[in-house]
Amino acid sequence: MAASTDILREITEREYRWGFVTPVEEELVPPGLNEDIIRLISQKKGEPEWLTEWRLQAYRRWRTMEEPRWAKVHYPPIDYQAISYFAAPKQKERPKSLDEIDPEIRRTYEKLGIPIREQEILAGVAVDYVFDSVSVATTFRKKLEDLGIIFCSISEAVRDHPELVRRYLGSVVPPGDNYFAALNSAVFSDGSFVYVPKGVRCPMELSTYFRINAAGTGQFERTLIVADEGSYVSYLEGCTAPMRDENQLHAAVVELIALDEAEIKYSTVQNWYPGDKEGRGGIYNFVTKRGLCKGRRSKISWTQVETGSAITWKYPSCILQGDESVGEFYSVALTNNYQQADTGTKMIHIGRRTRSRIISKGIAAGRSQNTYRGLVRVLRGAEGARNYTQCDSMLIGDKCGAHTVPYIEVKNPTARVEHEATTSRISEDQLFYCRARGLSMEDAVALVVNGFCREVMDELPMEFAVEARKLLGISLEGSVG
Amino acid sequence: MNGKDIPMAMLEIEKLHVSVEGKPIIRGLDLSVDAGEVHAIMGPNGSGKSTLAYVLAGREGYEVTAGTIRFLGQDLLAMEPEERVAAGLFLAMQYPVEIPGVSNMYFLRQAVNAVRKARGEPEIKPGEFMKKLREAAKLVGIPEELLRRDLNTGFSGGEKKRNEILQMAMLEPKLAILDETDSGLDIDALRMVAEAVNRMRSPERAFLVITHYARLLNFLVPDRVHVMIAGRIVKSGGRELADELEAHGYEPFTAEAA
Repeated sequence: MAASTDILREITEREYRWGFVTPVEEELVPPGLNEDIIRLISQKKGEPEWLTEWRLQAYRRWRTMEEPRWAKVHYPPIDYQAISYFAAPKQKERPKSLDEIDPEIRRTYEKLGIPIREQEILAGVAVDYVFDSVSVATTFRKKLEDLGIIFCSISEAVRDHPELVRRYLGSVVPPGDNYFAALNSAVFSDGSFVYVPKGVRCPMELSTYFRINAAGTGQFERTLIVADEGSYVSYLEGCTAPMRDENQLHAAVVELIALDEAEIKYSTVQNWYPGDKEGRGGIYNFVTKRGLCKGRRSKISWTQVETGSAITWKYPSCILQGDESVGEFYSVALTNNYQQADTGTKMIHIGRRTRSRIISKGIAAGRSQNTYRGLVRVLRGAEGARNYTQCDSMLIGDKCGAHTVPYIEVKNPTARVEHEATTSRISEDQLFYCRARGLSMEDAVALVVNGFCREVMDELPMEFAVEARKLLGISLEGSVG
Repeated sequence: MNGKDIPMAMLEIEKLHVSVEGKPIIRGLDLSVDAGEVHAIMGPNGSGKSTLAYVLAGREGYEVTAGTIRFLGQDLLAMEPEERVAAGLFLAMQYPVEIPGVSNMYFLRQAVNAVRKARGEPEIKPGEFMKKLREAAKLVGIPEELLRRDLNTGFSGGEKKRNEILQMAMLEPKLAILDETDSGLDIDALRMVAEAVNRMRSPERAFLVITHYARLLNFLVPDRVHVMIAGRIVKSGGRELADELEAHGYEPFTAEAA
């Protein structure tokens, strides 16, 4: 009889299916980081002077900063001068219609299961396709424009909606916020921009698919989402990268702004290349994501399913400024082999009667380390603030680690903060029970893990829940449950 | 496949020895069950009844130190637990396990399809599955609400046991082992479970009913009754043996075994 560890090893060592490289000719700026390179990137993107200056200031700031070392992750020093900060497929200009897209790039997205088309499987989803440093296509723009919704690459937004970009860029994550945010502010390439006007409920899911392709590069995208008064938008990002022995850096910044009574739902299915079973290669995912509930009764909800990357350093947060605003964080972080994840959230209660909810599910297998790190801060003026936090960890095998590091700071005596945490090993009883009903060991593990994450998975938009569950090793085809 | 094509017994256990953590629990057990039969195994606590059930289902931690088990002509001990299920073996467990976040109905569907897949059959159609499920649920008295709840999570003892029988009805095994399914059931539930089993009795199917008490056997009339003491079957007989046990207890057999 195969011991459960053998099967777990098999699951753990399964090939990464998104690891191919697209043979497309790309233009790379020379490796290295200095003011000339930043000017070059800004010039390539045809940016106005204020933005070039903004980048340069961020760069100068970055040079004075030190890489954070407080997270429970270990990696050799990164040589920031060895990275090329801009890579783009060679093309004369951005294709005007979806038909003009390079067939190789088109094929890439077909293989990834998100064809560049405005019909069939993605009929209810508008997608922005980001390939290395540039956005190559955005679907359903016309339909969204009719409602006054702006959904485009951030480069286009800088050109076409400079007043909005200038007003909000860096307003939630200032360039000097942290080391990686400063780096991003200096060199950021494409990402998505969304603006939903007053009172508009966005009728479809907006999505960006990030693909790293070129070697020797990193991806430094920037996403900015503004939901005006009384509007609603649901946004999702997905990402994959080729398998390589080198580590590639992904240092993104995402800023969300919700005005009075607006709601933003932001979901992530993170599937960057995690490295091989010996821990070679993989993406360093050092990301700053923050939402500002600026208006009263606004709401920002983060849902993340983190299965990829060699290292994840990421704390999608909410600043609850508006009275009665609501912040939510739902997270599944699954680590295998030598993956390391240090992820969680920050909920900053400023406004009165603000509420936050944190549900975190960490699953560690192989020799991985999985840390939840979260901060709940209630400021003096946050009368009647409430937080509920639940952190559950599951260990698969005996060579992995799960850690929970909650920080709670309360300055207002009327606040109510609850924290619950559990750590358990995957249950042999449950696995045997499933197998005694005909499920393979692999399916049994997937089923039990899926059940463990159910609360979070239920938060994902329907269109992506299936993909996410498959990512956890489960096929939900034709489910009745 | 039908009974006529299989000359050998459905289940053939010979000289079985099983240890748990180095301690011998089953010590030379022989048992043969033919298709179409209902066998009852009775015995006091600690006699090795549940160990036998787990060994048949393939649970880890039960070391077979000697002996053989053949199921439908195959070497059962060489098979993974899920392969045994696909081959037609089912164990209704004494302590069904809770799986939070997985709905009862979804789990059943996964189980049915896993078995179908292993047999090279296509997945069951959703409509067909629901129809079959509703019928089976009605038979064992499982309300619709319980089908939507998380598997066994927060179920009462009786509900868990009935749910095991529901799974059995859905998986349609060739050999069903009922490990103390009667314990914790009130008389009405007991009757319902027995009726469900009786309905499933057929010339192609066999049952191995493990129990402490003769009570269940009043509703579920066995062809053979075996008394198990200290890891061996010490006496076998017809249904009258169950009545004898009910009247005199295990004492006379315990003395005999010693």
